[in-house]
Amino acid sequence: MDPKPATYEPAPLIAPGHTFGSVTDKISAVVLSGRQPAGWFVGMIIGFLITMMLMFAVTWLLLKGVGIWGVNIPVGWGFAIVNFVWWIGIGHAGTLISAILLLLKQGWRTSINRFAEAMTLFAVMCAGMFPLLHTGRPWLAAYWLFPYPSSMSIWPQFRSPLIWDVFAVSTYFTVSLIFWYVGLIPDLATIRDKTKHRGLQVIYGMLSLGWRGSVKHWERYEQAYLLLAGLATPLVLSVHTVVSFDFAIGIVPGWHTTIFPPYFVAGAIYDGFAMVLTLAIPLRAMYHMEDLITLRHLENMAKVTLVTGLIVAYGYSSEAFFGFYSADKYEGFMVWNRMTGPYWYVYWTLIFCNIITPQWLWFRRVRTTPWLLFCVAMVVNVGMWLERFVIVVTSLHRDFMPSMWGMYHGTVWDWMTFIGTLGFFLTAFFLFVRVLPMISIFEVRTLVPEAKLVEAEGH
Amino acid sequence: MANEIFGILAEFDNPNGLLQAAQKAHAAGYRDLDAFTPYPIEELAIAIGFHDRRLSKIVLGGGLTGLLTGYGLQYWVHAMTYPTNIAGKPLNSWPQFIPVTFELTILFAAISAVIGMIALNGLPHPYHPVFNVPRFALASRDHFFLLVEATDPKFDRHHTREFLKELNASEVNDVEP
Repeated sequence: MDPKPATYEPAPLIAPGHTFGSVTDKISAVVLSGRQPAGWFVGMIIGFLITMMLMFAVTWLLLKGVGIWGVNIPVGWGFAIVNFVWWIGIGHAGTLISAILLLLKQGWRTSINRFAEAMTLFAVMCAGMFPLLHTGRPWLAAYWLFPYPSSMSIWPQFRSPLIWDVFAVSTYFTVSLIFWYVGLIPDLATIRDKTKHRGLQVIYGMLSLGWRGSVKHWERYEQAYLLLAGLATPLVLSVHTVVSFDFAIGIVPGWHTTIFPPYFVAGAIYDGFAMVLTLAIPLRAMYHMEDLITLRHLENMAKVTLVTGLIVAYGYSSEAFFGFYSADKYEGFMVWNRMTGPYWYVYWTLIFCNIITPQWLWFRRVRTTPWLLFCVAMVVNVGMWLERFVIVVTSLHRDFMPSMWGMYHGTVWDWMTFIGTLGFFLTAFFLFVRVLPMISIFEVRTLVPEAKLVEAEGH
Repeated sequence: MANEIFGILAEFDNPNGLLQAAQKAHAAGYRDLDAFTPYPIEELAIAIGFHDRRLSKIVLGGGLTGLLTGYGLQYWVHAMTYPTNIAGKPLNSWPQFIPVTFELTILFAAISAVIGMIALNGLPHPYHPVFNVPRFALASRDHFFLLVEATDPKFDRHHTREFLKELNASEVNDVEP
């Protein structure tokens, strides 16, 4: 029998043999070469077709109104809020990777932050569609949501968590966008300098603002980047906290709990990392990026997924415990109804997906086998959607009086809109991969052995 | 005559060569120095004696502006222009005004960080004399450059060129204005 190694040696962050030039060429080639792998076309076509389905569903919604959806009293919040919370949560991993891991000096964030941030932006776009669409008349939503001096002299109600949500989500989107753009500037300059095509030189030249890599610029650039990371960190924690306030501020049994903010944030990061894994695993295989997105990255992401999954599991048990411990019969009934009522199968599927499945990640074998990891991540994605469904629907469908009890099911239009946003997400992501460097080139350069500075003489 | 050019650009193929050259050039008394690298190297800014901490003040200012805007907006709406009794809460119900105040603080601070960085760097700046050196395209790839600008009091077209060559530069080029 082989003796066990005394210490566990993790895989390197970047495969040996890379130089400044080789990482530059490898990452920029995806944007600059006209050839894309077959997987790109397949993904793009599928995504585009599903986006067309979204357009169809949205057009019908605007013509007919929200009556085509399954929402009705007592369940006035259905798929729209479930999907909103799910998508916003997915976005959180991108910001966590780009901002929090930067502050914690985690070198492994470097080759995954760019596409994770792109994922954040597209996920927030998908999320943002639902609050707008559920108004039924999105072009009128402006005066309900934004404080501007309208001719009716009315103003939004700032004591409402729904308005906090508007501010939290729009700030989150804006900050994520500018953070992402700032990170892109030096890489856009690289594309500008590498391309031979005049039109591309002009486009990328303008986008890169004429970046020339001056040490004085880098100095301020690094300061700005660090400050943005410091600002994005409390921001990302606040966003899902505010989303959870949409529920927790209300007095509905199952929603009115103090565990909600931390439990929502953990769930968001949990699902977000699962989604980053869902994207990273096919992406690295498709573009042969295994030497930049190494097993070490996958393993670390799997570990974060496991830890946040355990926090979420704690959240579930705490929810159930306090439901009974509250001695409030409505709270107690809500928990019991969730587990054994008409939606019992959704609840237990969610427990299977979110608590049982991630336990596989205790095994290093699973963490370092991409296809297994992909399967676990997919199950978690489904589980987190079910979690939001359970929170929203099981609390509402049994109102305080049995005469107000009802059932909720999404209609075909609900499903088309939800699946449609998945198509939009896929399309946007594939377009991003095609036109922008999917891995931060300049940050990966800092990982190359050549980048190591020797001690200067006289020091 | 001697100063018809923008400056002289020395090229290095590794970060250590550039760092040592920058330290030596600074020690030799050159002050109008600039260096160009494909990724940030903190030590270089120290080597050429560059130090700028204005950005953090701009961001602080932006954050405070956002804070006052956020709270001021809500106070003005609910206590002054559109006072409405909601569940008997005071018109100035400050705990409920915190989320929006917080979000606007972050928003204004983040925007001022980006705009401040771009403005202090003098960007957008699509044309710059260094781009006249064809090999400068490698600055965004794998080469490292040190620029001595012609405005430097110690600058002399001939001597500076010789000085840079002695610093083990792989190539030395004049930069057309």
